[in-house]
Amino acid sequence: MIKQLTATAIIALGLATGAAQAAGAGGEVHDTAFSFEGPFGKYDKEQLRRGLKVYTEVCSACHGLRYVPLRTLSDKGGPEYTEDEVRAYAAENFTIYDPELDDDRARVPADFFPTVSGEGMGPDLSLMAKARAGFHGPAGTGINQLVKGMGGAEYIASFLTAFNGKEQEVAGQYLNGNDVFPGGWTSMPPQLEDGTVEYDDGHNNSAHHLAEDVSAFLMWTAEPKMMARKQTGFISVIMLVLLTSLLYLTNKKLWAPHKGKKFDA
Amino acid sequence: MSGIPHDHYEPKSGFEKWLDERLPIVGLAYGTLMIPTPKNLNWWWIWGIVLAFCLVMQIVTGIILVMHYTPHVDLAFASIEHIMRDVNGGHMIRYIHMNGASLFFLAVYIHIFRGLFYGSYKAPREITWIVGMIIYLLMMATGFMGYVLPWGQMSFWGATVITGLFGAIPFIGEPLQTFLLGGPAVDNATLNRFFSLHYLLPFVIAALVAVHIWAFHTTGNNNPTGVEVRRGSKEEAKKDTLPFWPYFVIKDLFALGLILIGFFAIVGFMPNYLGHPDNYIEANALATPAHIVPEWYFLPFYAILRAFTADVWVVQLVSFVTGGIIDAKFFGVLAMFGAILVMALAPWLDTSSVRSGQYRPAFKWWYRLLLIDFIVLMWVGARPTDPPYDWISLIASAYWFAYFLVILPLLGLFEKPTTPPATIEEDFNAHYPGAAE
Repeated sequence: MIKQLTATAIIALGLATGAAQAAGAGGEVHDTAFSFEGPFGKYDKEQLRRGLKVYTEVCSACHGLRYVPLRTLSDKGGPEYTEDEVRAYAAENFTIYDPELDDDRARVPADFFPTVSGEGMGPDLSLMAKARAGFHGPAGTGINQLVKGMGGAEYIASFLTAFNGKEQEVAGQYLNGNDVFPGGWTSMPPQLEDGTVEYDDGHNNSAHHLAEDVSAFLMWTAEPKMMARKQTGFISVIMLVLLTSLLYLTNKKLWAPHKGKKFDA
Repeated sequence: MSGIPHDHYEPKSGFEKWLDERLPIVGLAYGTLMIPTPKNLNWWWIWGIVLAFCLVMQIVTGIILVMHYTPHVDLAFASIEHIMRDVNGGHMIRYIHMNGASLFFLAVYIHIFRGLFYGSYKAPREITWIVGMIIYLLMMATGFMGYVLPWGQMSFWGATVITGLFGAIPFIGEPLQTFLLGGPAVDNATLNRFFSLHYLLPFVIAALVAVHIWAFHTTGNNNPTGVEVRRGSKEEAKKDTLPFWPYFVIKDLFALGLILIGFFAIVGFMPNYLGHPDNYIEANALATPAHIVPEWYFLPFYAILRAFTADVWVVQLVSFVTGGIIDAKFFGVLAMFGAILVMALAPWLDTSSVRSGQYRPAFKWWYRLLLIDFIVLMWVGARPTDPPYDWISLIASAYWFAYFLVILPLLGLFEKPTTPPATIEEDFNAHYPGAAE
């Protein structure tokens, strides 16, 4: 009895420490200098393409991208494949059940990436980069989002490379130790090792490069219109600065006689 | 109307006379736009225009969003993604609407606190103040229901927590909650009625804004001195005022421009800054998020709601006296709504004969403390309920009530105010020495 209690206490302590580490691990999301950060940041087309390859060859086995239409792979501000390349990619990698044929057929650009669900499958990744926050600073204000983004992509990159090799079985489920995942244990096994995916362009394919590339790709799936949004932001701000300057001068001139001031313009 | 004496619209051409006899609409527009406005209004008086702009912006973007949104638990989340990905400019329209709610609340809080400092709530402007408080309550209802529509995790769990408040009401609470939700839990029926009301309430707000403007156009604007415009004659009134158009329209538009620069920088470069990442996960009734945090603009009152726990002696006393009918949960709900009620009653709780806080030396300090208190409540509302946050929120909540129920009534009796200028003209000329010539 005492033995059991002691064992339970030790396990509980271990779990608590793990949780404490993970709680502190919010800060352990390491900063990655992604190309799309800050008001001037842009997606790196080549990086998105590499990330798509990592997703296709590794992640897609267990994770879907149900909100992402395949055709958007040819959109401006994304991986920018040609329509023919997208057609070939869709046909080569994914099938879909067609009720008219009563059979599976190859996916076409008008289809979405697959929805993956079921026993042992992971959550959908379409919005993962916006559903996790990596940065809350400084001092919990989150202002650094302006220059770094929400940190969702950083969270994913850190998570993928934070497996610490520990394993345990809880209620018949195998859990893997991860220093970034909240609670410290995730049912996802480690996936990326150096050279897991071979890049077509011969780019460095060490584990952390693979993690960064797929994180950049997932930022794009979560926020495909980021480039358009920032551009609209700039145009809006510039036009408003012009308008406001004119209103400032108008206001000054309008009030000058009543305030007993001179205004020459 | 017994307002400030000013020029009225005179129909000139035959058509104008014909129309004016049948529908004096041009005269109404003229009277509204040309209303004599105290010329010493400072920059804290620009937020009314910002609020009017926000209302229009939210209604326009909202109507467009509705064209593409599907109010169904299985489709709502996906339809938002459809807006973000496939609708032309949809991502901007949604981000503007999302952040527009935050600008709306920022503006309303500054607007309210301006009124609290300069005594804008005092006679004869009580109706303006009360109508404003009703608008603010409706804004909170609208904002809350709007946040549910994307059907993310925070939408769902926020709705569950907040509608649970009604369940705390004794006797009728549970049936009332079921009635509000359209079922035993937040589900499709809830989403549909929230959608319907989220579309309806902004138009109710628009109507009340018209009443709000009507009321203060009847009494005239307050101003930083709290001294009334002289109404003896048109000439006298003209020394204190300038017409709203063009003087204040241009001034307010300039300020609005400055604010919109900041607003569009946020929409363009960090649109999710004020949101919560969990709301990008589709609602799941089986997985409760680690922290359920409301939007920032609800945090001060959320903090008051949570502050009064069962171990606070006031709560225990009330529970004992009422035979347990008012328990800690219901007490918290009463405190939250009470916090807004005491603010609405400010016109009758403030006993000072001087209107503007500028001439009330002691008031100034208590008012500053109230501002800090509000920010502390907002901060603590997003913290967990563990020590020391529990007693911080309790002290901050207590001060909120003390300010309105104790300090405002007593200050008027004991404080020795300084003397405000005799006229608005005098105040204005003191700021602009050249103007007197």
